[in-house]
Amino acid sequence: MSKRRSLTEAQCVSLAQKLLRERLCHQKLPDRPLALDSQYKHLLELLRRTAVHGESNSVLIVGPRGSGKTMLLGCVLRELMSLKEAQKNVLLVELNGLLQTDDKIALKEITRQLHLENVVGDKVFGSFAENLAFLLEALKKGDKSSSRPVVFVLDEFDLFAHHKNQTLLYNLLDVSQSAQTPVAVLGLTCRLDVLELLEKRVKSRFSHRQIHLFSSLSFAQYVDAVRAQLSLPPDFPDPKFSDAWNHSVTKLCEEKSVEEILRRHFNSSKDFHRRWCADLLEASRLISADSKAIILHGLSILELCLIIAMKHLNDTYDGEPFNFQMVHNEFKKFIQRKSHSIHKFEKPVVMKAFEHLLQLELVRPVDSGVCKVQREYQLMRLMLEHGQVMEALQRYPQCPTDVKQWALSAFA
Amino acid sequence: MKIHICLTGIKTIILDCNNISQYSVFLINSALMNRRDIMSAVNPDQYSYPSVFIYGHRATGKSHVVLSIMKDLELPHASVDCVECVSSGLLFHQVLSAFFGPDAAALLPRCPSLSDFVRLYKQMSSNSPATQTRYIILDRAERMRDMDFSLLPALLRLQELVNDNVTVILLSEIVWEKFRPNTGCFEPLLFHFPDYSKGKSLVQILSWDHHPSYTPELYASYINILLGVFFSVCRDLRELRHLAVLNFSKFCEPLEKGEAKESDIHKLWKNIEPHLQRAMQTVYLREVSSVQWEQQQMDEKEATTLRVLSAHAHIELPYYSKFLLIAAYLASFNPARTDRRFFLKSHGKIRKTNFLKKHEKTSNHLLGPKPFPLDRLMAIFYSVVDSRVAPTASVFSQISSLVTLQLLSQVGHDDQLDSPKYKCSVSLDFILAISRCVCVCVRLLDLLALSLVIQSQVVRQERSLFTAVSNLHLL
Repeated sequence: MSKRRSLTEAQCVSLAQKLLRERLCHQKLPDRPLALDSQYKHLLELLRRTAVHGESNSVLIVGPRGSGKTMLLGCVLRELMSLKEAQKNVLLVELNGLLQTDDKIALKEITRQLHLENVVGDKVFGSFAENLAFLLEALKKGDKSSSRPVVFVLDEFDLFAHHKNQTLLYNLLDVSQSAQTPVAVLGLTCRLDVLELLEKRVKSRFSHRQIHLFSSLSFAQYVDAVRAQLSLPPDFPDPKFSDAWNHSVTKLCEEKSVEEILRRHFNSSKDFHRRWCADLLEASRLISADSKAIILHGLSILELCLIIAMKHLNDTYDGEPFNFQMVHNEFKKFIQRKSHSIHKFEKPVVMKAFEHLLQLELVRPVDSGVCKVQREYQLMRLMLEHGQVMEALQRYPQCPTDVKQWALSAFA
Repeated sequence: MKIHICLTGIKTIILDCNNISQYSVFLINSALMNRRDIMSAVNPDQYSYPSVFIYGHRATGKSHVVLSIMKDLELPHASVDCVECVSSGLLFHQVLSAFFGPDAAALLPRCPSLSDFVRLYKQMSSNSPATQTRYIILDRAERMRDMDFSLLPALLRLQELVNDNVTVILLSEIVWEKFRPNTGCFEPLLFHFPDYSKGKSLVQILSWDHHPSYTPELYASYINILLGVFFSVCRDLRELRHLAVLNFSKFCEPLEKGEAKESDIHKLWKNIEPHLQRAMQTVYLREVSSVQWEQQQMDEKEATTLRVLSAHAHIELPYYSKFLLIAAYLASFNPARTDRRFFLKSHGKIRKTNFLKKHEKTSNHLLGPKPFPLDRLMAIFYSVVDSRVAPTASVFSQISSLVTLQLLSQVGHDDQLDSPKYKCSVSLDFILAISRCVCVCVRLLDLLALSLVIQSQVVRQERSLFTAVSNLHLL
């Protein structure tokens, strides 16, 4: 009889940490995707038909970023591969639009994933179609009557549509329409208008089957989902610890302030990826901070005055682009008339401060790249809004009062 | 008690790097770091968030803190500066050689694509799986936006693509909103490194490199004087340190000479303050190099005169070139129809019209120089120059040399031989400096320059000036 030593507190915590990290940071596949049952069934059925019955299919999975497309596909493929017939026969080719930026690279990748590098060897093919046909021929089994079904997964499908002539898409969908090999083409994309990107000949070969993943969770379901993500699974080694943990997580989710934060996040984005599970208040503050206002906090007084001068120019001239000379002029007017604390700076020093603002991309030239115009006369635009500048001014440490009053005055 | 433990448990689940900002505060405020605290927060044996974005002003300690953590905890990391990576292949090479050795990097093909990199990485990591999180640190990440468009989104989700325990840390000065690609990408965790406050942190850090032969209090008071001059202009720690180091010897001069004691702060301030003002106009703007500056300080120790060192004071032009340049400036900044009034000896009646049209309300000085044809330049030149000048080739060749010196710039195509157009590229200060060197009719030229400045004002004032100018002409 083995004596199982109960784990110490620290070990429990670190084990819990490990589990939760794996779940949240590494995006381990859940047993069943949440609230996506109909889509799951649809996709599984489609793939089963290809794998078992030899039907060719094409489908697009469309949904905004973070709605669970890859997760859904992962779960479906996992279940598919657990079927005995599928396990023996089905070949999986996974392509990604970010990595395979060219059709040639994509073809090499397909060859590699089908393990046909030796078969292809040094052969030179006339066209893409010939190459693909050769590959699929090579997959036929010994009796030459049937061939193994192949599932092509195209991640970032919209990027494949930007390749030249869309050859890869055309050929894959062509194969899926003709009855040679049972092929399933699955595209995942975040663009709703992806069909507009396809050429006419490619679009006609596509089966126009789309699975949409729009997150339709209500707030209560969202809170439940958060709680489920933070809770420990039932097979945790120390049941007492996991019970206590789950209990406190439930209590946490019911607290008023936490509910407020969750509601704010629910209203802004339903992204399943961003499961910040930190000290919730601090994390929510970090996420919703205005980064530009933070950057404005660290500017020197001279740079801040230049930004206020630009704001005044924007107000006076209704957002028309300005150049450094105009900004310097406004600044000089302020120094001469209203300022007590800021003394006059030489023009090159002011120019250096202006260039720092350019480097931080708070000011951008209207037509970047044209260098025939002198630096001082190049037209620029301010990349900040009126409200952002005023808010940054409020938070600026030890801001001189005359600067503040200048910013608030309507007439510069 | 249980809830407390659970909450601390949740707290430590935060990504390792969340404690970096606290780490930087540790560095600054205390010499001793409580390593145990940090060790408990950083847990490299587990998965961490796929990508992190750290932003903050220059010299706030971003690279320093991240690299120190990596070195101290001996974590497997690859540190790449994106400015060095002219092509993405260089980035891949550096990452692979840092993690898997130079042999792995040698397996990359000649012009590696992202697909090759991911494939090779997957291959290598399956041979040597990661026991700890691997970190890829990309400094000056704003340069990545100019490389392949798919590089940034792919690196943000590298953990998913290679199926390995790797985290990508991006360090940049520019905010995340300017990085996001059009169709979106995997959002990294954002962290901000706050800038230093004047009183507590900046003075403390700058006082760390005090000279051994003087007391730290003296150096601290020197730093306070320096910040009094420069803090409203620049907050960059590196610049301020550079300036502090360069000017300290000048600060200590009275102490060496015996004119003042260490406690005579006021005297020391009076000595150093004009020096610092001059430094702002020269060394801070990099118009002179730091070597030249130090040389000048040594020379000044012997002599007592102050010299203004500036690049602009050293341009020597031939006599007629100066007039040509002045004529070019007047041609650029005066509208053509005022030439008659300015430069003819008898200009007839001055019509009291609304001199400025509506769209010219903004002064020409603010909009920039306008192009002018060669004929107009020569006409103004002949009326401005004092003696009779024949239109020889030597005069015309001086125009070309002015273009080469980039004091004038040619507008339009090089092939246009019959009527080339030019624009003046120098500022009013330079022209006034030149016109002072020219001993003829300095007042005339000054008045002309003045009239341009007040062009946007009332016609009445202008008329009186014009009569004054025309009187001068007749003199």
